[in-house]
Amino acid sequence: MEMFNGYNSGKFYDEMFETDGTVRTHCEPLLKKFSTLNQRDFLTRKANSELYFLRQGITFNVYHDNQGTERIFPFDPIPRVMPASEWDHLEEGLTQRIVALNLFLHDIYHDQQILKDEVIPRFYIEQAKHYRPEFRGVDVAGDIYIHICGSDLIRGKDGVYYVLEDNGRCPSGASYLLENRNALKRAFPAIFESVGVRPVDSYPRDLLNMLHHISPHREGDPVCVLLTPGCHNSAYFEHCYLAREMGIDIVEGKDLVVVDKFVYMRTTRGLLRVDVIYRRIDDDFIDPVVFRKDSVLGVPGLMNAYRSGNVSLANAVGTGVADDKVIYYFVPKMIEYYLGQKPILPNVPTYLASEEADMKFILNHLPELVVKAANESGGYGMLMGPSASKDEIEKFRERIIADPRNYIAQPVISLSRSPTWCDGAMEGRHIDLRPYIIYGKDVKIVPGGLTRVALTKDSLIVNSSQGGGSKDTWVLHH
Amino acid sequence: MLSRVANTLYWMVRYVERADNLARLIDVNQQLLLDFERLDSERLRGFWQPIILSTGDEEAFSKLYDDSGSGEVIRFLTDDPRNLNSITSCISLARENARTVRDQLSDELWEELNALYLFTRSDEAHRLMESDPPKYYENVRRSVMTFLGIAASTISRNEAWEFMDLGRHLERADKTTRFLDVSSYLPPGEEGAETGSPGILHWTAILRSCGAMGAFRAGHHELSARGIVDFLIFSKEFPRSVRYCIERVDASLHLISGTPRGAFSNEVERESGRILADLNFGSTEDVFATGLHDYLDKLQERFNQIGAEIFETYVLMPERIQSSPGPRSSSQSDVAAWQMEQQQQ
Repeated sequence: MEMFNGYNSGKFYDEMFETDGTVRTHCEPLLKKFSTLNQRDFLTRKANSELYFLRQGITFNVYHDNQGTERIFPFDPIPRVMPASEWDHLEEGLTQRIVALNLFLHDIYHDQQILKDEVIPRFYIEQAKHYRPEFRGVDVAGDIYIHICGSDLIRGKDGVYYVLEDNGRCPSGASYLLENRNALKRAFPAIFESVGVRPVDSYPRDLLNMLHHISPHREGDPVCVLLTPGCHNSAYFEHCYLAREMGIDIVEGKDLVVVDKFVYMRTTRGLLRVDVIYRRIDDDFIDPVVFRKDSVLGVPGLMNAYRSGNVSLANAVGTGVADDKVIYYFVPKMIEYYLGQKPILPNVPTYLASEEADMKFILNHLPELVVKAANESGGYGMLMGPSASKDEIEKFRERIIADPRNYIAQPVISLSRSPTWCDGAMEGRHIDLRPYIIYGKDVKIVPGGLTRVALTKDSLIVNSSQGGGSKDTWVLHH
Repeated sequence: MLSRVANTLYWMVRYVERADNLARLIDVNQQLLLDFERLDSERLRGFWQPIILSTGDEEAFSKLYDDSGSGEVIRFLTDDPRNLNSITSCISLARENARTVRDQLSDELWEELNALYLFTRSDEAHRLMESDPPKYYENVRRSVMTFLGIAASTISRNEAWEFMDLGRHLERADKTTRFLDVSSYLPPGEEGAETGSPGILHWTAILRSCGAMGAFRAGHHELSARGIVDFLIFSKEFPRSVRYCIERVDASLHLISGTPRGAFSNEVERESGRILADLNFGSTEDVFATGLHDYLDKLQERFNQIGAEIFETYVLMPERIQSSPGPRSSSQSDVAAWQMEQQQQ
């Protein structure tokens, strides 16, 4: 079709085309459908989907702009398509991983057998920024710590999927996954029908079932709420969206009050007991009595109620220790240790600066490596060796030597690419995938996830704060 | 429901209603100007001054503008972001409130308000303000009507609805008194000799601002100041009359608390019951005996009292906050900060 004329898949793994330029079999029906559109029609539909986002208010605020300008998150209408077998493999691997991570967290906050057996050096855990030793011995409902996990997957040159990181604190973006689907359905209804795409709309239901499952009280319907930092938070749209889809109240810290170790919300009819909190506030801010004293977002006394088992939190307190990029290195070992299985999804090869041999290797190969701070996210605190200036490299060299515990390095993985509409032409852009894994009574993963795309040419950084957009992800029935 | 949510819904609708009323007021008076022969700037000032005075924003206006000609007044009331009660400011605030309780609203309801907000910030809106202002105000009015229609057909008749209805009718009652009050600031004219009030053209403009022309005509043969005052304050049936609105306010308050009509369980119900009784048993004689302006002024004060009591009863609930444990000092300052944040009038 005309729009794909002159498309060059380059020397990367392309999600739609083989290296010789032929279409991958599972993408054929989609491409055939798209080729019935002419460019003008395509652009009209694309503009309509953008209008949909704007009208729905799916926008973020441009900071330092007192005109109150709002922008939509860039959305590319060409979906990323995945055959059923590929997804089955990912689903299996992600399930294995979240089970192991939860066993690990339970162990770390109880007997610490994995440290006693010296699978992970104690020093790494004790120095992990988000480790919460004060919560050792506290039991949580169902022994589940990470209830919602947003693992980032990437695909290398050979088409192999790797886990880049596990986001086990408050992963965001699930609402975009759902709204991308809505937008694309409106824009290209006929294409959906004919291609056979697995639906994603069970996500809010799965989430609510999980929240009910972890309620500390068995009698009656549990009262679940979503705790948000407030409407100035950039993910506020998502908080409202999920709360409404689940039919639960969205509350701010000031709406909650703790009385005699029970949590209540302030209603027009007085105080109502809350059983489960889906919190979208980090540990640091959740209770000024225990964590940051200056937090005005949290609920004083909440940790007391939590410790007493009177309220459940999703995710649990202290999961950040598993997000530490040094601990990430040990996840394959955890899978073997707790489950006696081989990891289904590999990690990206990782070097730990605090291991002598690795350190030597890192310092000798800085221009070829990606260096990451152990506890930063959102694409910050990173050195992209190949594109960094000499100055930046030297700056990182000093930092790594000064604080080896907090740095890791990985080879550059040239993420797979997907055809993306870029200012008048179809071009390949790098993508990743963030599936959302829900762990309640059982593990639920909506097919696919959020595909993020680096819209800047040749960029490997997909974060929305740094010029990233997103795509709909289609997992096929067959 | 959450106290904060009740408060936010209440304000969302108040701001929407306020924007609608302003759009009516400006549009009608702009058209009224066409009925006059060309006015010199002195008389033009005399024409718009009462309108500014009736909105209660004269202080803000005189700080921002040197002159009160048509252009200045219209700008001030329509799209001056520095005026927190301009149409565009009201719509922004309504939408900001809606955004924080997005989960409570149907998609269509949010979309309508968001679309209105996007319209007021669009090039099209600026163009219409330059070339075809009636069209601009019509867009605002129609969108507000659509908003209220969607609300009526998509919101369950529960507490959320009652708090929205409360906001709508309290704001509407207040605005009707302000429309009427425009006449208090006008120089006396000939036709209105009856009560020492101004020209009948102004009175019909007031009727039109309330969309009440047809309803009034249906029951009255003649346009008279007394008849119009009677209709807009005491009509039992017209949905913008003060009495009708307060009747609804009183009904909503009792539905929220579950207290039977005629009784009260808190200060806000007591106050609404009192006002309602005064309106049910009052007449234009009382109004003119007190003086129209003073009578309206008193009503507005009592409406504010209701607003403050609603906040006190359903949002603040000081005794319950004090019963919470934890460091007293911080919870105290939280309350203060929260309270301040809620004061958005």
